[in-house]
Amino acid sequence: MLSGEEWGIVLLSLKVGGVAVLAVLPLAFALAWLLARVRFPGKLLLDALVHLPLVVPPVVTGWMLLLAFAPAGPIGGLLERWFGVTVLFRWSGAAIAAGVMALPLMVRAIRLSLEAVDQRLEQAARSLGAGPVRTFATITLPLALPGVLAGLVLGFARALGEFGATISFVSNVPGETETLPLAIYSALQVPGGEGQVLRLAGVSIAIAFVALLASELVARRAGRGTHVL
Amino acid sequence: MSFDIDVRCRLGDAEIDCRIEPGAGVTVLFGPSGAGKTSVLNMVAGLLRPDAGHIRVGADTLFDAAAGIDLPPEARRAGYVFQESRLFPHLRVRANLLYGLPKRAALDVDGVIGLLGIAPLLDRWPRTLSGGEAKRVAIGRALLRDPAFLLLDEPLASLDRARREEILGLLERLRDGIGLPILLVTHERDEAERLGDRIVAFG
Repeated sequence: MLSGEEWGIVLLSLKVGGVAVLAVLPLAFALAWLLARVRFPGKLLLDALVHLPLVVPPVVTGWMLLLAFAPAGPIGGLLERWFGVTVLFRWSGAAIAAGVMALPLMVRAIRLSLEAVDQRLEQAARSLGAGPVRTFATITLPLALPGVLAGLVLGFARALGEFGATISFVSNVPGETETLPLAIYSALQVPGGEGQVLRLAGVSIAIAFVALLASELVARRAGRGTHVL
Repeated sequence: MSFDIDVRCRLGDAEIDCRIEPGAGVTVLFGPSGAGKTSVLNMVAGLLRPDAGHIRVGADTLFDAAAGIDLPPEARRAGYVFQESRLFPHLRVRANLLYGLPKRAALDVDGVIGLLGIAPLLDRWPRTLSGGEAKRVAIGRALLRDPAFLLLDEPLASLDRARREEILGLLERLRDGIGLPILLVTHERDEAERLGDRIVAFG
């Protein structure tokens, strides 16, 4: 089975991917809500901006993150001055890269599910005495939940597979930013590394498969109306 | 307690202009399909904002363009029975019925459930209900939100003859029993004449 080092790589990947999607989820939901429900000038521009990481070469996205988060960059400078921290060559930087790459997929999935929620049901809830917050929590969110889960899984899969943006943003530091794809790539460069490639690739497939199955099961449960939210 | 409505609203190319003088009992808004009758109900419920005019029910002003009053839908205490029932698909019948029940209301929940004959349906999912069953649950849900008035949008549409008779009888019992002002929309003359104390031709 896996060596201690390989377990470390797997756990780091799960941490980076998990933190990335959970941290990005509120932002993705807010953007999806804006795009699905609100009319405002510049909507098309925001839409394009959100989808940019999907179409720009990941290496370019990583390079732009590097510019922004470098100590002399606009965000990196603030982080350094206020908190004395940097995300360069850190797992937190890898999570940022993964989150940025996962964002468009999550926004798309959540937006579709929000657009599919029948707003006449929300009207019914309002006329039954529920304010906007209760209507959101008891009607909109539960009905959009399958899409939110789909967005989480898609985003997690994308975060787990992130390579280009990560390697150009935070480099390949074993134990810190060396996630599964980076480790597999490194192992491919080493003569005799095929065994490790096989094991890590197998783990990647297994994680993706389990995530997909789990979300499908939860979504089916929700679709059957047997959840209690 | 009665409706006092005078609203104007522009919807695309259509201009809706509706006036209902105060009067007790059931007011029927009668007119052909597509004349904007449902829009009037939506304005009374607070789901559609009139351009001008006022909406009063009894002593409560729900909307008054001149005075700048426009209560949100949740504050209007409307018992709105939509044409398509609009039951929440992710909640069982029981949770649908209790969705709008105020915490401190002295409502006879079991009495309403008994009156509507929906006790056997409480644990069912909305999608398993027939049209007549869904309609009765929708009426129950509107009654249990402790309404100050009822809005009924084509309550007999999409029901077969037997179900129509059943819901019609139920509405007559409601009209005679609870004493709430009712605003009912229909395009069927016999329905209007049988239920209405006053008929307002529209469109």
